[in-house]
Amino acid sequence: MTGIGNDPTGREPRDADELGGRVRPYTITGGRTRAAGIDLPVEALLQRTERGAQALPAARMERRRILELTVEPLSVAEVSARVGVHLGVARVLLGDLAAEELVVVHRPPSTEGTNQLDLALLERVLDGLRAL
Amino acid sequence: MAPEPDEIVPIPVKIIVAGGFGVGKTTFVGTVSEILPLTTEAPLTEMSRGVDDAGRRTGKTATTVAMDFGRITLGSDLVLYLFGTPGQARFQFMWDDLVRGAIGAVVLIDTERLADSFDAVDYFERLGMPFVVAVNTFDGIRRHRLADVREALALADTIPLGYCDARDRVSTRDTLIGLVQHALLQATA
Repeated sequence: MTGIGNDPTGREPRDADELGGRVRPYTITGGRTRAAGIDLPVEALLQRTERGAQALPAARMERRRILELTVEPLSVAEVSARVGVHLGVARVLLGDLAAEELVVVHRPPSTEGTNQLDLALLERVLDGLRAL
Repeated sequence: MAPEPDEIVPIPVKIIVAGGFGVGKTTFVGTVSEILPLTTEAPLTEMSRGVDDAGRRTGKTATTVAMDFGRITLGSDLVLYLFGTPGQARFQFMWDDLVRGAIGAVVLIDTERLADSFDAVDYFERLGMPFVVAVNTFDGIRRHRLADVREALALADTIPLGYCDARDRVSTRDTLIGLVQHALLQATA
């Protein structure tokens, strides 16, 4: 007998299936989806500090990987891709590391307020592209 | 503690490459990028979940949307990131975050699926963000006249529109140059 609301295949809808067996992404951050008091655009560059280098041997998992990678300035997006975590997760982890002064953030110009970039900077981008 | 004082940390800037699924965003980014395009994922919100093929699928429901990006070093003190993002309005939750501080956007279009670009054009228009529209000539064949494309998109005369071969380095570079020139023009207007 098939009534309204009955799945003809007899299966129960299972939410767990729909998650595809993935770990919930923000488990790594203890459920936090935002880093405290820090706003990190995707292109912001982060670099390990001396203190970050000292903290490396004791760091674990994602934190360790980030501290390894940020020996060179690396963007939030690159950290996300290379560590293999969501952009949002990368932001929280990096925000924590920045708050602990283990990484330093190099912000792009003018990410607050207007979308207008500095003219001199645009000229430099133009020159750089022309030289490619 | 800061890094070595004499070390130059480049200024990061970014350009958005928006377009429909399969329009060639990743090709465009990869052609001009100095690194193989990397992929980062952003979780889909409930509202945008499970709608089509633009996101990564895990089982039958897309839980994340993939975003490919590349990098171009422009001298020792400047680095340009290119972010490819799906061009449909339901991904707007990503754009709001992504476009902040961007130089501007390249809206890449396939003339066979023009409607896929409407949302992106609307979005950048509304935002007042500099953008150019590039018709990807997949096989080098220009199927439509630009004037017709402009009309079909109801694109203002002030918005640059041109052809681009996403597989060609010079062509993609020139599209980016066109965008930055347009951004400069808009900034000084």
